[in-house]
Amino acid sequence: MDPIKEVAVKVLDRRKMILVNGVLLALLALSVVGCALLGPVRLDLARAWQNIFAANSDAEILFRARLPRVLLGVAIGGGMAACGVVLQALLSNPLACPQMLGVSGGASLGGILGLIFFPNWLIPIAGGLLGEISWVPLAAFLGALLSMIFVYRFSLFHGRLHPYHLLLSGVIFNAFIAAVIMFLNSIVDFYQAQGLLFWLMGSLSTRAYLTVAFIWGYIVCGFLWLWAKGLSLNLITLGEEAAMQLGVETGTLQRQIFVASSLMIGAMVSVSGMIGFVGLMVPHVMRLIVGGDHRLLLPASFLAGGIFLCWADTLARVLLAPAELPVGIVTAFFGGPFFLYLLYREGGKKPAL
Amino acid sequence: MNPSILVRNLTFAYQDRAVLHGVSLSVEKGEMAGILGPNGSGKTTFIKILSAVLSGQGEVTLNGRNIETYGRRELSKLIAVVPQESRINFPYTAAEIVLMGRAGHHGPFALEGKKDLDVARTSMESTDSLSFSNRYLHELSGGEKQRVLIARALAQEPEILLLDEPSAFLDLKHQLHVFELLRRLNRERGLTIVAALHDLNLAALFFPRLVMLREGKIYRDGSPGEVLTEKTIDEVYGIRVRVERDFSGEKPQLFICPSL
Repeated sequence: MDPIKEVAVKVLDRRKMILVNGVLLALLALSVVGCALLGPVRLDLARAWQNIFAANSDAEILFRARLPRVLLGVAIGGGMAACGVVLQALLSNPLACPQMLGVSGGASLGGILGLIFFPNWLIPIAGGLLGEISWVPLAAFLGALLSMIFVYRFSLFHGRLHPYHLLLSGVIFNAFIAAVIMFLNSIVDFYQAQGLLFWLMGSLSTRAYLTVAFIWGYIVCGFLWLWAKGLSLNLITLGEEAAMQLGVETGTLQRQIFVASSLMIGAMVSVSGMIGFVGLMVPHVMRLIVGGDHRLLLPASFLAGGIFLCWADTLARVLLAPAELPVGIVTAFFGGPFFLYLLYREGGKKPAL
Repeated sequence: MNPSILVRNLTFAYQDRAVLHGVSLSVEKGEMAGILGPNGSGKTTFIKILSAVLSGQGEVTLNGRNIETYGRRELSKLIAVVPQESRINFPYTAAEIVLMGRAGHHGPFALEGKKDLDVARTSMESTDSLSFSNRYLHELSGGEKQRVLIARALAQEPEILLLDEPSAFLDLKHQLHVFELLRRLNRERGLTIVAALHDLNLAALFFPRLVMLREGKIYRDGSPGEVLTEKTIDEVYGIRVRVERDFSGEKPQLFICPSL
């Protein structure tokens, strides 16, 4: 036999897909249960489960306080990581992250305006039966939509979306918005300013399953849609021309990816504020571990992002209990050094991006 | 039968700077044509228009159909392009890069099947790149990288292969390998090859037909003996050369006379 025939060509196959995603999914499930049980108050799972509908403080804490928060953390972490992956590919830039797209600034400004002008307006859902939701996230989402249109318009030349302009206009738009927010923060009174600052730092605290369910449905749809573009994302990382020549309608792809990730990021920031680092770090780490093929990288990053934020938020809850740390501090604190370590260890073998 | 590539009166300008004016060219199936010309004469633009990355005024038909009626996916199965060099800073192995050439053939959601793997393997075998298929692209030398990119183009199973100065960054030995490979692919698979080239002597040795561009127009079109004359080189490049024959005595070879 020709010796050359024996060279095994290692490529992504079904086995690796199932193995990696299966392991991550199992870890995610364990994390959800583990994080829901961890907290300043010790919970007895058996007791919580026994009298689930009776007045039961264990069940109350588990199902009303911790579980929705953990589930929200998984969705936001996964969504941020997935958006980070596609933006790094779309912009061909290793530093691209969800905070960079302009929508996060728009969402923050919308949320701040909501907090200043109608902090206590509530919208009853189904006549109040399903609870009430605040206007603030809706105002934030509106801000995200407007800024998305604005950034899109400024990056479109001759019907083509330019990654370079997208990056620049997003960064500059965010810097401008940051100044506007500081201005607003300095003209409101002290208590309001404190509230704004807290909202800006981001938090996953929620008791509303309705919000959690909504954001889960929204993020999962967006993620699946992006995942379906996995192969085209691989090709676009080779450069726009190469991608065209390999059969990708690059113009359409760029517009679709921009709109889809902007909508996801807008919704996430609206609900939980700007939680940094997940969208930058998780994609890099997963690229080092599972490789650069987006058909695997995207689901793996989604699951890993969920696991990471789930634990980061748990730490934020317990480290200074009964006080709470902003979760963004925890993500940066643990994410940064770990990322540097991986970069150092793997740096010689693969490019960082 | 329709020619593989038919270009009629093609004009292209970047903003107001005209690059190609009224280029007309016909390339038959199985032909091997080298596009020559100084920097800025429009070679690269011409290759980009043939692969639908740019579109100019005038008509470009492939196998008798206007290029604008092709979808990109369909076009990727007809024409493959080997770039001058490829800046890829994502961690892909050579095999992964070659398999990306199969994107137009399998479904957008599917993983590569056995057929795709077989084609990728054969493509890498014929460009001698199989032995480093599992190494990362950025670890490879310029010559190895170029072989991987040619393998990717072959994995597209195209009828037409376009190359933009495929040997620009290669040493003499690897340049020769690339040209020998192209000639073999042309003879064995009947691949139509159009390549923008800048090494006139290698072009003369390997390409039966040469097209000389000057300032966006076709200046000469014919066999190496017809195109590479002392007069043409002086008129197009503005340098004086002496034209001799190669060892076989058939092909012209240029000797540069420095104007010292």
